[in-house]
Amino acid sequence: MSVRTKDEIAAAIARDIAVEHPDGAYVNLGIGQPTLVADHLPAASGVVLHTENGMLNMGPAARGDEIDPDLTNAGKVPVTELPGASYFHHADSFAMMRGGHLDVCVLGAFQVSAHGDLANWHTGAPDAIPAVGGAMDLAVGARRVWVMMTLFAKDGAPKIVPECTYPLTGLGCIDRVYTDLGTFEVTAGGIRARELHGITAEELETRLGGVLSSE
Amino acid sequence: MRICGDYDEAVADTLDGSTVLVGGFGMAGMPVELINALIRQGAGELTVVSNNAGNGDTGLAALLAAGRVRKVICSFPRQADSWVFDGLYRSGRIELEVVPQGNLAERLRAAGAGIGAFFTPTGAGTLLAEGKETREIDGRPYVLEYPIKGDLALVKAHVADRMGNLVYRKTARNFGPVMATAARTVAVQVDRVVDVGGLDPEVVVTPGIYVDRIVAGEAAA
Repeated sequence: MSVRTKDEIAAAIARDIAVEHPDGAYVNLGIGQPTLVADHLPAASGVVLHTENGMLNMGPAARGDEIDPDLTNAGKVPVTELPGASYFHHADSFAMMRGGHLDVCVLGAFQVSAHGDLANWHTGAPDAIPAVGGAMDLAVGARRVWVMMTLFAKDGAPKIVPECTYPLTGLGCIDRVYTDLGTFEVTAGGIRARELHGITAEELETRLGGVLSSE
Repeated sequence: MRICGDYDEAVADTLDGSTVLVGGFGMAGMPVELINALIRQGAGELTVVSNNAGNGDTGLAALLAAGRVRKVICSFPRQADSWVFDGLYRSGRIELEVVPQGNLAERLRAAGAGIGAFFTPTGAGTLLAEGKETREIDGRPYVLEYPIKGDLALVKAHVADRMGNLVYRKTARNFGPVMATAARTVAVQVDRVVDVGGLDPEVVVTPGIYVDRIVAGEAAA
């Protein structure tokens, strides 16, 4: 099996959401790559998308005449509303997140640690302007927090690590990590591969430096 | 509650050093006309509380560019179009307090609801909780966060009635309803004002008790 493309990762996430939540789910898709998941959700999945700027049952990106500056997603991209949509203010939007009412949230990441810590908001570089947005709220709030990322950074450094070296977004908050080379589950016994794509278990073990749990 | 004849009247008494809550998420819900009036009014040394730190060159970005802002409290300053803030920050001419978005909303809500402080799980164990009181509740770490109260809130809503009741439009609602509860003076720009009885009481989002000044787009045009 070959390495997964972004779209294939997104499709795998969408499939798991639909299978694991047969009665539908309230889902938040983080800014960037995770938004691709929306394109792969089966029409009958019953998934309701939440956007933290204050809407449930968000529809696809707006095109042409549909574009309305008063209707955007969390990435400030113009979107549409589906029948049954609702609007609410920011304190309510984050209360429903923190209060454990969202079933699944999918976030991007710089690093995930073996015990599910997440780093995705700040590189810690001296000249970087820190900007956190809703990442910390999503990390602690959604019932299941999944990451979508490449397994290795552009410089080849693993993004699943024993301990995050970038500033943390949340502690022990990640349940599952979807990558180009495989899907990983964070369990009480550590992080382990559920499936691999385009890489052997031995090669992965070497490149990740023994971070995976053998249990 | 007063219906103002123009935007300038709504912000005329703003003092130097005020804390100003500015609604909007990006440009959705950004009270651009009220901000322009605040620029004309001239108050400086402001602390601005808003989700972002200005987009492009209008609205909040214009207030920053005019040199009126000493400090920004926001969740997400850095964006593709935040060049005004980026320049000020990198040259050390503006102070920044980054607050997780939900904590920002809840700190504003707490200010408006008379809550002294609250424990939240958001940010626990991170840089943004450094120096803050923490507590373990039911086996989970929480951080103590304090309210953010404004001297002035600038909010954009869709329609007001003459009692100050407000309805918003789509995701432009965002921070408006919480900011409207959290400042001593609340100025709201709306697309139009209707007579008392013109809004269905069942759909009012911000009750008029929170609102001090209204300016209607059509009246001020």
